[in-house]
Amino acid sequence: MSILEVDSVVVRFGGVVAVNNANYAVAEQQITGLIGPNGAGKTTSFNVITGLQKPTEGRVRFQGKDITGLPVHRRARMGMGRTFQRLEAFGSLSVRENVQVARDIHAGLRGIFRSGRSDVDGVLERVGIIQYADERADNVPTGVARLLELARCLVGDPKLLLLDEPSSGLDESETDEFGELLKDLAAEGRAILMVEHDMDLVMSVCDEIHVLDFGTIIATGDPAEVRSNPKVQEAYLGASVEDHDASGAGRHVAEDLTEQTLVDIPAAEQTTVVPAVNDQGVRG
Amino acid sequence: MTSLLAFTVLGLFTGAAYSIAASGLVLTYATTRVFNIAHGAMGMVMAFTFWDLAYRQGIPTPVALFLVLFVIAPAMGWFVQRVMMRGLGEAPVSVSLVVSVGLFVGLIGLAQQVWPPAARTVQPFFGEASISIFGVVVTAHQLITIGLAAVVAGMLYLLLNRTRIGTAMRASVDNHQLLQLYGGNPERVAALSWAIGASLAALAGILLTPVIGLDYFELTLLVINAYAAAMLGRLKSLPMTFVGAMSLGVLQSYAVAYLPSSGQLAGLRAVVPAIFLMVIIIALPQAQLRIGQVKGLVSVPVPSLRRSLLTAVGAVFLALAVTVGLSDANLLLAGTAATYAIVMLSLVLLTGYGGHLSLSQFTFAGVGAVAYIQLGSANLFGVFMAAVIAALVGALVALPVLRLTGLYLALSTLAFAVVMDKLVFQADFAFSTDGFLEAERLSVLGVVITNDTSYVMLMILAFLAVGITVLAVRRGPVGRILIAMRDSPAACGTLGLDQRWFRVALFGASAGIAGLAGALFASMRGTIAAAEFNVLASLPLLLIAVVCGVTSVTGAAFGGILLMLMPVVSSSNPGLAGLVFAVVGFGAVALGRNPNGLASLGFLAGRKVWGRYGDRLPIWTAEDVPPAQTGPSQTDPPQARPEEVTTR
Repeated sequence: MSILEVDSVVVRFGGVVAVNNANYAVAEQQITGLIGPNGAGKTTSFNVITGLQKPTEGRVRFQGKDITGLPVHRRARMGMGRTFQRLEAFGSLSVRENVQVARDIHAGLRGIFRSGRSDVDGVLERVGIIQYADERADNVPTGVARLLELARCLVGDPKLLLLDEPSSGLDESETDEFGELLKDLAAEGRAILMVEHDMDLVMSVCDEIHVLDFGTIIATGDPAEVRSNPKVQEAYLGASVEDHDASGAGRHVAEDLTEQTLVDIPAAEQTTVVPAVNDQGVRG
Repeated sequence: MTSLLAFTVLGLFTGAAYSIAASGLVLTYATTRVFNIAHGAMGMVMAFTFWDLAYRQGIPTPVALFLVLFVIAPAMGWFVQRVMMRGLGEAPVSVSLVVSVGLFVGLIGLAQQVWPPAARTVQPFFGEASISIFGVVVTAHQLITIGLAAVVAGMLYLLLNRTRIGTAMRASVDNHQLLQLYGGNPERVAALSWAIGASLAALAGILLTPVIGLDYFELTLLVINAYAAAMLGRLKSLPMTFVGAMSLGVLQSYAVAYLPSSGQLAGLRAVVPAIFLMVIIIALPQAQLRIGQVKGLVSVPVPSLRRSLLTAVGAVFLALAVTVGLSDANLLLAGTAATYAIVMLSLVLLTGYGGHLSLSQFTFAGVGAVAYIQLGSANLFGVFMAAVIAALVGALVALPVLRLTGLYLALSTLAFAVVMDKLVFQADFAFSTDGFLEAERLSVLGVVITNDTSYVMLMILAFLAVGITVLAVRRGPVGRILIAMRDSPAACGTLGLDQRWFRVALFGASAGIAGLAGALFASMRGTIAAAEFNVLASLPLLLIAVVCGVTSVTGAAFGGILLMLMPVVSSSNPGLAGLVFAVVGFGAVALGRNPNGLASLGFLAGRKVWGRYGDRLPIWTAEDVPPAQTGPSQTDPPQARPEEVTTR
């Protein structure tokens, strides 16, 4: 049974097709990976799912209901939480206040005046950033801010978590702990859809992986299937052959995919890969 | 039939002038993301400059025209962009708009100072020369204007589509950083588009002067017409802007022809652009939430309840000591300062915490004053109802803009203020056409407070009560959500907050506070004038609030006193009235980037003196403007990188 279905979604920015007839589903109580080279349309897909971007064509269904026309906040209230690739922490508030805001929003008008710290601090402890609770959110390291965004979602007890590159900024041991946390969250009955460049993490925690390339799903399967899929290898290698600028980034990912070493492409290189179809670069 | 044609020609003429102004506005906004609310003011100053050169100094008209359009105006646009507006494109709208409002007010002050009020006329080009088309007399000036609009449209098309720099400009509209990556120079593009923009504003101003006269305000408010036209193209599309401008011009001309010129609806003709704007705004589709990190603003510390109560008690004693010895005239001034300070508290809530801007706060105060008087119950209930009515009007203003972003909300308050000035406040149920209203003094629990000293103390108490309430809101959950909405609307949305209604409520609450101030003010003064609540009063209010510190109650208190002193200084030195305006305006241009204002410097000094906290109070400056956003290259701060290097 799938909790989320993305049905023939197309997103065009002028002449650029960011998502091209993408079809995939996210199963309940599982961790699903969404991977692909830069500019493949991963973040745009997230924006479509959460309602920040209207799809040019196609439908999105959540828990069997068509939510394509619903505003952002209504989807969130249905049980959808997300984190952002480009951080969206509330910079002027402390880490704890960030989570308090999320709790207040979730509690709604009636719950808003009943305060209490316990659940907030409990969530901060759970994701492992309680020691940063009193720092301003724009002062904490990236990895912490990403976990903060996760904590913010968790106070709302979402049924589906959309995580956009959650592990970038975490070191190796932190990433391992993070992987365990993800498994726990899924075991509690949450579905997780995760965009991630850390192939170690993706391969170790995901039950199913969708591979996106040029806005289209080119492969779906469990980690082993995806790793051995020739189309997937080509997608990652192909970028480096065709695009001279991208040689560095493309090759690294390809190596990672096969050798299972690393991971995170230096941010500076990400930009140069396929700027024209970069998820963030094009704004509506 | 002939008259319809004649009015159409007239409409096409004004539409052509609007389209010239509007295309300049679109060009500057699209390339730099800074909305130049002073666009009309720049055109106004240039029209005066043209008058000065051609009529006062006797320079031949073509030479004067050339100097203004191709030397002075571009230089001014270039200067304004490089010196005043640089880097504001990535700043919150509440910051970038304040700076351009500062320029707006500063230019009016400057013009009044350099060219004191006097009768000046500018002749149409080629005098009364005209031709007859289908029996309609078309003047040479009209023909030239319509022709120039076409030329401007053509030139802009060629510039944007056929030249290298034009391509860079279009690229800049889409993405600043990518342009930089590909070797373009966004700074040069920005300066050039502002130079062209200023030149177009100047041309529009000069072309319209023979019709609407050399007037500081009418020419300055041209920005509303231009904005209304540009909204049809969502501040992006030049062709749609031309369509918008022409339709607006023709509509306005028909309004002059066929709407009543006397009676209750006489003012309707003057507000056609504002109404046109409202209709377009309502028709626009839902804006998408902006994604992109804005760095949190550094805010001044929020005092605890105990601390704010103690400060309030201290303030009461101070106020008692000061007011006791004051003359009646000075007492009224103290009461006026308290009124202004309460209105500024409404901005603390709206702008300081919520990050939204209102250019019509005095209009809401006016609504409160009128409601207090017309309800006829000069007691606390009447004051309360006046505040509620002002709040409802405020919510009503925010409602059409529900689906759009903050910039549009701020700009529609400007249009709203103009509608109120020219239409509603002149109606019989408000100030009527003579512009004055008598108010009864307030009675509290059956006791009329006739003694001025007591009444002023009451107003100061009201200020403190509102201030303590605003601070309490800030400390609580609602305050946290306000800050969160300012920092990241997208995150608030994905956490499940319906920001549209929250924003309407915020706007309503803020208008309510202003309305309360208006009611108290009316009761104190006994006679109030419509002119005290017009749009040109609201702008200095906003500027002084920001300069003094729009994030703190202390800032509001100082701001109230400063704003009260403004007319005092100008009336004792009438020759310097314009200069006072200019100082306030350009002061805001210089200081508007730090919404914590001078008050935060006061807090800093206070801390140093007490030596209790060693921390320095950081102040948000241009350097702290979030680094040019977009592109994943900025997403991962440096600390993410070293590990990657080692894994390599």
